[in-house]
Amino acid sequence: MAEQAQQAASGRARTGAGRRAVAQWAGTHRRLAPLLTGLATIAVLLVLWEGFVAIGWWSKLIAPAPSAIADGFAALFEEEGLAVRFLQTFGETAAAALLAIAAGVPVGLWLHRSRWAGRAYFNWVASIAAAPIVLLYPLFLVIFGRNAATIVAMSVCTGITSIILKTKEGLDGTRPVLIDVGRSFGLSRSQLFWKIMFPAAVPTIATGVRLGVIYCLISVVGIEFLINFGGLGELIDDLADRWETPMMFGAILFVMLTSVGFFWVTEKVEKWLRPM
Amino acid sequence: MAETDVIGTAAPRRSAVPVGRIRIVTILGLWAAWELAAASGLLYAGVVPSSFKIVAALAHEIVSAGFYWNLEFTLMEVLVSLAIGCVAGLAVGFVLGAYQFAAASYERYLQYMAPTPKIVFLPVLLVLFGVGPGSKIAMGALSCFFPMALSVAAGVRLVDPVLLRVGRSFNLTTAQMIRMIYLPALVPPIATGLRIGLGVALVGCLLAELKMSNRGLGFMIMQYYAQFRTPQMYAILIVMFVIAVLANTLVARVFRLRGQR
Repeated sequence: MAEQAQQAASGRARTGAGRRAVAQWAGTHRRLAPLLTGLATIAVLLVLWEGFVAIGWWSKLIAPAPSAIADGFAALFEEEGLAVRFLQTFGETAAAALLAIAAGVPVGLWLHRSRWAGRAYFNWVASIAAAPIVLLYPLFLVIFGRNAATIVAMSVCTGITSIILKTKEGLDGTRPVLIDVGRSFGLSRSQLFWKIMFPAAVPTIATGVRLGVIYCLISVVGIEFLINFGGLGELIDDLADRWETPMMFGAILFVMLTSVGFFWVTEKVEKWLRPM
Repeated sequence: MAETDVIGTAAPRRSAVPVGRIRIVTILGLWAAWELAAASGLLYAGVVPSSFKIVAALAHEIVSAGFYWNLEFTLMEVLVSLAIGCVAGLAVGFVLGAYQFAAASYERYLQYMAPTPKIVFLPVLLVLFGVGPGSKIAMGALSCFFPMALSVAAGVRLVDPVLLRVGRSFNLTTAQMIRMIYLPALVPPIATGLRIGLGVALVGCLLAELKMSNRGLGFMIMQYYAQFRTPQMYAILIVMFVIAVLANTLVARVFRLRGQR
């Protein structure tokens, strides 16, 4: 009797485990199927592209075969110093982002603390954020010359606005109850700011910094390309001028991967800073 | 002017801050700084010309036929690119929003591509479409495709399920569902996509013109830059900037008015 009960219990357990396994498999399948479909679509498109170039429907000069682009990708590192170019772009982006943060956070703080400044200038900053600053590159070129200063200065102007806006938004949005708690503990203005308001605003400021860094990267690569100076942007322009199409496609792909990497890393950092 | 500490929980009250006056003083201060820099001789006069010279150049440009010949070309490129990019973005966004599997399969790639600086695709577009308007239109269309597609995809997911069930209970066809339920519900995301799309299409077309073109406002700027006619260059830059800001404001206002009705 006891044995029968044990067997029944074990059978139920097995059935339960089986169901869990099936559910787990189905869950994995549900997650994997779209991923595989997306990858398979890309693979099919690449095969078609390769085929069209091989049979001469597409010109090698205009759209080189994916296999040629892969070869060009390897050559980019060996012949064109892609790693150095990347570091140059990275350095300019980092310089622009740091300057934008160093200036943007205090300005956002000033717009928050000073009522007259906030009311007079906040809308201006918001308008500048929506304005196509990149179109002003000939102006920066005339003022700074064709060098890294133009790239960094333009990128600071592009990236700083989101940092200012988000810093002010974060500080303005501190929950009143937190400030009241701070006051009830007799905190000074400075303590209230550093111990309550600033930590509460950090997630929002992090969003602004993330946007600012991404805008800086976009601006750096774009301006490098436009003024033919610097790292990855200049490399693409150079390769296009030399009609090195496979390597040019490889460099464009590298820029895409770089921006995806930036996007991913900054998103993770922002999530880490944002409380659940 | 006393600074007011805003730390606190008091409800915002109407202060006597003369915002207009502060703004006027700021503008005058910036203008005076520019004039001082132009007159000081510390900077090369060609780089920082007097604002009066820029205004004179602007006045001269806006009455010249050449300016309108180029302006018309740029506006045509922007409008065509906007139409192509937005229609494509609308279609792709709708499919991604309506079909969960499609979104799970492909949307991540759109999101990866969206923050990539589109200007790096210009050499490919120049090879494909030439230095004429084709490459500029393609650049503008590529730029505005992504904000429209992502905005519409997000918007479709937010369509009220009750409306969809009502549509199905009335046995509406797919075309009727799109026309009578989805499109009216999608006005806000389409407006957002259009607003962002117009801005980026304009920037895309103008940047492509600045890089390589034979007509358009971007071409004019690069001509003046090459000839070192900076007042004229600044004048066209001002026009470009004003067009971009006006276009953005216009779209925002049109959809705000529509939303109020």
